Amino acid sequence: MSQQGEELDLRELDDEELVKQIQDDLYDGLKDEVEEGVRILLERGWQPYRVLTEALVEGMRIVGVDFRDGILFVPEVLLAANAMKGGMAILRPLLAETGAPPIGKMVIGTVKGDIHDIGKNLVAMMMEGAGFEVIDLGINCDVDKFLAALEQHRPQILGMSALLTTTMPYMKVVIDTLVERGIRDDYIVLVGGAPLNEAFAEAIGADAYCRDAAVAVETAKALMAKRHNRLAAGA
Amino acid sequence: MTEPTPSVAILACGALAREIGALLAQSGLAQVELVCAPAILHNRPERIPAVVDAKLAELRARGFRRIFVAYADCGTGGELDRVLERHGVERIRGPHCYAFYRGVEAFLAEAERDPATFYLTDYLVRHFDSLIVRGLGLDRHPELLPVYFGNYQRLVHLAQVDDAELLDMGRRAAQFLGLRHEYRWVGYGELAAFVERAVRSSADGRTDHRLLAGHSGTGDRAGGTADGSPRARPAIPRSHRSRRDARAAHRNRRLSRRVAKGDTGSVRG
Ligand code: B12
Repeated sequence: MSQQGEELDLRELDDEELVKQIQDDLYDGLKDEVEEGVRILLERGWQPYRVLTEALVEGMRIVGVDFRDGILFVPEVLLAANAMKGGMAILRPLLAETGAPPIGKMVIGTVKGDIHDIGKNLVAMMMEGAGFEVIDLGINCDVDKFLAALEQHRPQILGMSALLTTTMPYMKVVIDTLVERGIRDDYIVLVGGAPLNEAFAEAIGADAYCRDAAVAVETAKALMAKRHNRLAAGA
Repeated sequence: MTEPTPSVAILACGALAREIGALLAQSGLAQVELVCAPAILHNRPERIPAVVDAKLAELRARGFRRIFVAYADCGTGGELDRVLERHGVERIRGPHCYAFYRGVEAFLAEAERDPATFYLTDYLVRHFDSLIVRGLGLDRHPELLPVYFGNYQRLVHLAQVDDAELLDMGRRAAQFLGLRHEYRWVGYGELAAFVERAVRSSADGRTDHRLLAGHSGTGDRAGGTADGSPRARPAIPRSHRSRRDARAAHRNRRLSRRVAKGDTGSVRG
């Protein structure tokens, strides 16, 4: 399945160069090449987690930065994400074998009336890459769907995505329902989507607005740590 | 030239240039200047507020007494409204053009009942190839089609003018996307009344005390031509290539996989 001569070329690179090459291939959306690079690093004895973070997650972070800066547009991001997915498919079973517990759990979905899912999928992927277990509810999620998933999966984090100004108010419907049921504080609520901003997140009572997937990961980690400390102090 | 500068302007999204032009022509005595921002900002709504801000300042400096903004919120999440508030000007109501063409309440009710719908206006039908097919990279990467449109079932063409060719083009667009085609003639919807208000305001300047910016009277109408430029934003602008070149030079020992694969990559080359 590999193209003639290429395997040899990749193998000629030292580790550092190979990692850079994987990042570049990821940037270019070259799935086969990314998969090949991942396999080579594993053969060289790299830990799956290290391959994931240094090659794939870091590569996707660069894609995210260039997307934000208007250097890349949506199709390139999708191709890069697809390449990353290929690499992750190789690593996922190996990561599971190591038995390391996920660092947290997140339920995520696009809110009712909205069927944009590119950004949400990217967040889900990067959260998984950062070691979270992610339950993706998909698109057009109403409050009942969110509540049922929270009940079933008991995550620490609830993530909601909206790309339409007409659907973003629905996030408040979900949060208000959590408040009504007295379970709002059981979860860290993260919201995102291009038309949102911090002021909106605050106004609807979310814990944070995240501008992109990288910020989502950082914020999730930071708020988890804070929560952990608070619980520890309160115990 | 002795022709007077119109005292009223409409600042519009380029995607509405043709339609507003038609409405102004219909009204006959249109002493209203139409100024447009590039329609392609649609895909970068976060940039709309700053562009509109600059254009409003420009129009103010040119002495327009009253300015109407033919932009919906367009995904700026209220940011555009904050800019308009600062300038004391108003925009057409609604979240986007699909809604004001159809009628905002009717659109929202329908969108809630049936979210799996992709809407096209005449403008989008005309520029389907450049904005949707090429804009979303579907020409180069047809495998992305299900990633974009996998969640959709039907395409609704909200038509402004009754035109057999556009109807057919809309049908072909639906076919390309693998969606059920529906055609609905909605005309100019709420845009008609909005333009009408601008026209009326230009006809009766004395009743309007809202904006009393002094006339600079440059009479420069040429600068205000509509830019409904249908050209697609290249998926990767030039700056990207130079950036990539820089990155490549930096690591010139590494492979150029794309070239090695014989993929000329129209995006990049
Ligand atoms: C691609 C796109 C589409 C694709 C969607 C494909 C898909 N499977 O999702 C298609 C073409 C199908 C589409 C359809 C429509 N779209 Co659209 N779309 C876009 C576009 C151009 C890009 C969105 C995108 O995918 N960006 C790429 C991702 C990576 O970025 P992102 O979504 O912002 O996500 C990042 C962050 O926001 C954040 N994030 C996102 N979600 C979350 C969630 C959490 C929990 C966290 C922490 C972070 C986070 O992290 C993400 C990754 O970094 C935007 C314009 C824009 N630039 O935003 C319009 C836009 C959102 N669409 C718009 C509209 C109007 C529509 C349609 C109604 C148009 C139509 N003709 O019918 C339909 C909607 C139907 C529906 N019911 O949902 C408008 C919204 C206007 C408004 N007032 O709200 C926009 C703004 C374009 C415009 N200016 O008019 N669209």
